[in-house]
Amino acid sequence: MNINTKIAQTYVVSNKKLTAVAVLGVLLGMSVYIFMNCMLVGFDKSSNSSIFKSTAHIRIYKDDEICEVIPKETDETFLIVNPKTVPNKNTILNPKMICELIQKEKGVKIVTPQVSSSVFYNNGKSQIAGLAVGIKPDEANNMFDIKSFIVEGNFNNLKLTQNGIIIGSGIASKMNLSINDNINLTSTKSTNKTFKVIGIFKTNNNAIDKSKAYINIRSAQELLQENDNFISDINVSVLKPDDAEKISKKLTIITGYKAESWSKANESLMAAFKMRKIVITFVSFTILLVAGFGIYNILNMTISQKINDIAILKAIGFKGKDVVQIFVTQAITIGCIGVVGGIIAAIILITILKNVYIGGDLGYFPIDYEFLEFLQGIAIGFVITFLAGYIPAKKAANIDPVSIFRK
Amino acid sequence: MSTVLKTENIDKFFYSPVEFQVLKKIQLEAKKGEFLTMVGKSGCGKSTLLYILSTMDTDYKGNLYLDNQLVTGLSTDELAKLRNEKIGFVFQFHYLLPEFTCLQNVMIPALKLGKYSEKEIEEKAYQKLEILGVKDQALKLSSKLSGGQQQRVAIARALINDPLIIMGDEPTGNLDSKNTNMVFDIFQNLTQNFGQTIIAVTHDEEFSRKSDRIIEMIDGQIH
Ligand SMILES: Nc1ncnc2c1ncn2[C@@H]1O[C@H](COP(=O)(O)OP(=O)(O)O)[C@@H](O)[C@H]1O
Ligand SMILES: [Mg+2]
Repeated sequence: MNINTKIAQTYVVSNKKLTAVAVLGVLLGMSVYIFMNCMLVGFDKSSNSSIFKSTAHIRIYKDDEICEVIPKETDETFLIVNPKTVPNKNTILNPKMICELIQKEKGVKIVTPQVSSSVFYNNGKSQIAGLAVGIKPDEANNMFDIKSFIVEGNFNNLKLTQNGIIIGSGIASKMNLSINDNINLTSTKSTNKTFKVIGIFKTNNNAIDKSKAYINIRSAQELLQENDNFISDINVSVLKPDDAEKISKKLTIITGYKAESWSKANESLMAAFKMRKIVITFVSFTILLVAGFGIYNILNMTISQKINDIAILKAIGFKGKDVVQIFVTQAITIGCIGVVGGIIAAIILITILKNVYIGGDLGYFPIDYEFLEFLQGIAIGFVITFLAGYIPAKKAANIDPVSIFRK
Repeated sequence: MSTVLKTENIDKFFYSPVEFQVLKKIQLEAKKGEFLTMVGKSGCGKSTLLYILSTMDTDYKGNLYLDNQLVTGLSTDELAKLRNEKIGFVFQFHYLLPEFTCLQNVMIPALKLGKYSEKEIEEKAYQKLEILGVKDQALKLSSKLSGGQQQRVAIARALINDPLIIMGDEPTGNLDSKNTNMVFDIFQNLTQNFGQTIIAVTHDEEFSRKSDRIIEMIDGQIH
């Protein structure tokens, strides 16, 4: 073994207390850093998955248009000076072709049309306002995984039952409805239609459960007195949700309709997430930094205790870089033990928290072993311990042995 | 006899607390196999000169030649290598690494040099410790030894790389007369039979009288 390594090892072992304190510092810093960042990823994943239960990655629809002001070029008096929304139908023309066009775009996974209609649910005397969403069952299920939040009935029956409806659990309990009961819907076009309840879903969002229902796309078109070319939205899911914003911009250009990404649609929520991310990142990094200062301090202390040793080593032929190597090796050794301990501690923490039941919207605490966060923690941990060792070691390397011997 | 160490007009100044010249025009030459002792009153500059001769102190005027090579102006790394190979130093106070055993202390310069295997170095280190009568202390932590024992271990360490020159700043300062005589005999043996050169600062009159040549220093000058 290299003599520098050997000396470093002796220092690590012979100062057990200092070593232990430094290791503990790294261990705590590392484990908290990894833990907090895994938690952050867990939070994001759980919030996103709850968003994606009802929001497509990208929604394409016809935006309201405002008519243009006709400029006053002549002396004629009847100009439009007070622009209003043009009473266009909110339909996407030629939806089939547009769907095919979108499907060809890179990064796009699923494209499915949808017709949504504001409705009143009527049952006897009770009436609830809500939104009936006409879907193509299979495609919509692929996108939103609707089956995963069906609590009663069978989603597949929607395909078989043209007038089937899957209602939110809030509607079901308010109107005292169960499977196979009938429910009457009134649309904004005053069309009445009776549906048969074939399923009840429960998301983790009360507002949705109290107002939303899924029906077949054709039924929705009928409710709106439209033909089967009428499509109000096209939902698109992409391979990477983070790319949605970028792809949506492209789709706006390609289709000529408004393409809105999920992050744009949930802007205020996104802002809250961003804030959460900044706070957690900042706090966890600070903790790691404090741990780094801990090692820095301890190594500084070791070096001032060892100033005689350093002078002797230099006198008998050790170079400045040997001295640096000795103390950096010591720091890295401490770092290694601390990092390994930190990983174990983080795994234990995460395992414990993973099994804590929170209830409500969340269920179990949303945290998991995120490989990337571990990797990042390890890398930062090593960089910090290296620096915490290197800076004092560099100082030690410049010690003039004669000045020590003269004392 | 060839020259192993030579100085040309070495001057050394200290600037604090006030400017003052410690060494004045030091002209010194040591031959291969010579046993030199340096004497002089306390504060006359013996240690200061020895630090310069051992290449640890580079802040001086004049030239220093070791083994016919001008070493003045070499980089600190080059000097470190040179010290490791060619110079053994015994400090005024016993300077050992306290967390290492005596054996390890003696082995460290040789491990650094890396000329022999660890096994050979260990054997050699035991030999040196035996010559100095502290072989039985080999596996003890050096901090657990008495001052005299530590000094002998330090001498063993200075010998481990068979250096060209061994310099000692009162190398027998902590030893009783019996051990002082033993160290003298060891040094004499090294100079006479192995051609190594010794330069030792001493206050022991008998010690210096028996050496090959005495350098007397008065107020930073050699007489
Ligand atoms: N770092 C220093 N700064 C200023 N003066 C010093 C320093 N080191 C030693 N001296 C002075 O230099 C002189 C020579 O010291 P030294 O070489 O240690 O003497 P000796 O070893 O002969 O007793 C003394 O007067 C001492 O006070
Ligand atoms: Mg002195």
